[in-house]
Amino acid sequence: MDLLVTPFSSNGFMLQALIAGSLVSIACAIAGTFVILRGLAFIGDALAHGVLPGIAVAILVGFPGIIGAAIGAAFMIGGITLITQRSRLSSDTAIGLLFIGMLSLGVVIVSRSNSFSGDLIRILFGEIFGIGIPSILIQLVATVVIVVIAVICARPFLLLSFDPEQAEVAGFSVRLYHNVMLFMIAITVIVSFQTVGTLLVFGLLIAPAGAGALLARRIEAMMAWALVFGILSVYSGLLISYYFDLAAGASIIMVTVVIFFIVFIVKNIRHHRVAYPRELTHG
Amino acid sequence: MDSQKNAVSLSTVGVQSLTPSTDDVFFVEAKQLNIGYPNEVVVADIRFELRQGKALALIGTNGSGKSTLLKTIVGLLSPLGGKISVFGTHPGNNPRRIAYLGQFHASGFILPLRAVDVVRMGRFPLRGLWGRIGRQDDEIVLSAMRTMGIEKLMDSPLWSLSGGQQQRTYIAQVLAHQADLLILDEPTSGLDAGGRELYLQAINDELRRGASIIVATHDIQEEAALCHQVMLLARKVVAMGAPQDVLTPGALLETFGIVITGDKKRLAVLEDRHGHDLPGLNEPKH
Repeated sequence: MDLLVTPFSSNGFMLQALIAGSLVSIACAIAGTFVILRGLAFIGDALAHGVLPGIAVAILVGFPGIIGAAIGAAFMIGGITLITQRSRLSSDTAIGLLFIGMLSLGVVIVSRSNSFSGDLIRILFGEIFGIGIPSILIQLVATVVIVVIAVICARPFLLLSFDPEQAEVAGFSVRLYHNVMLFMIAITVIVSFQTVGTLLVFGLLIAPAGAGALLARRIEAMMAWALVFGILSVYSGLLISYYFDLAAGASIIMVTVVIFFIVFIVKNIRHHRVAYPRELTHG
Repeated sequence: MDSQKNAVSLSTVGVQSLTPSTDDVFFVEAKQLNIGYPNEVVVADIRFELRQGKALALIGTNGSGKSTLLKTIVGLLSPLGGKISVFGTHPGNNPRRIAYLGQFHASGFILPLRAVDVVRMGRFPLRGLWGRIGRQDDEIVLSAMRTMGIEKLMDSPLWSLSGGQQQRTYIAQVLAHQADLLILDEPTSGLDAGGRELYLQAINDELRRGASIIVATHDIQEEAALCHQVMLLARKVVAMGAPQDVLTPGALLETFGIVITGDKKRLAVLEDRHGHDLPGLNEPKH
């Protein structure tokens, strides 16, 4: 038992990492659920990478990375909206264009930095052990904002996921609530990048919620599962990193994906078992 | 036809649960209305009026403009020209009073929703962002599910239901709204005989309650015959009026065009139903 608790009780960095990771898990459970239900995985991924040049510039000029990330995200969403509204291109083409454009811009900017590879790895994979109290507080505020948005917008978000036309006819503006949803996803990505990095935040956004979707009958349950899987991943990922001296962010994300596949396999075996007798009665 | 007379007579006396409205106020009124998409007029010069407690059936092939008209009425599409008012104002201004059943549902397979959650969404327009969905709402939801015979499927996940059961769930959602105006796009698609029976009964009850209905349908014999007015659409208004006046073989031929002339068996069925000879066709009945 000590092996599971001591790393956190005796090591301040580990405890802070656990707290920060858990806050990211809460935000990702909520935002990730809607990313999956609304089919926004690509835009979520693009946002996660689109913030890169913003962070890179911020690092170069000595600004907090979070401000750069926010500007990058705003630019990304604005660009996607502009291209889809002003051309006949579908949104995934617009997302793809901006995604790759921002990513390469980010790498080009970082390549001007003296510690090119160090900075890039820090941005892409996070710095979970370098999280300070101020960052945790920012993460806490962001998580509260996300929870508040999800509670206030529960009905329009549900209708939007079910059928956008129904949402519009029911009096909930699709454009407004879609943008609120994107805003919520953007906040999640922006404040999570320090913990797990821009590359890996996407994993925490979709893997726990995806596993939740396989198990849940209700959206609330899906979020609850996503939360449990997210925190479990952070906790066990940190432990693995601690004992085997592995990269923490990547370990966490690896666990989320492993959990997804365990749920997927168990679910399929159970489904097969349930389906088999039914086949017998039919045959 | 009995059910039609029944619906008409009851609807004129039995307006209980709706806001009283004078008979000369139209729920929906269209004048020289052009509908379609930017750069593409689908149907031009539509004129009709719909009063409280009345039903209008839109009949036509795929692409004839039925869904486009319904979407214009609920405010999903802007009119391209002319005038349309719904409850005396712009379409889309009265979400509390309008229930809409679209033809396609984007819900997909992953949405973790139980049947009851879907039906409960029918109460959202009335309760808005904050309003509590209380016991009274739950009773209405349950009653709507009973009406469509799916109360035993309440807790079943939506994805586990058959296509027909899902359609019943969507219809129950519309009924749970208890709206003044029901806009239904091919509501009987995928329904089995039992489901259609329950649906027709429910529509009768809605009319009796004082609601108005506009429905896009292929069902000439039962559903359209139950309506007070029928509009035949073929990217233009072919005919408009009472079912017995409009559902003539000639008008149907113009509406369905090639589809019917190419299908002798269906033609014969239509002849049987309507007791007319279809123009230009002297083939023996099969």
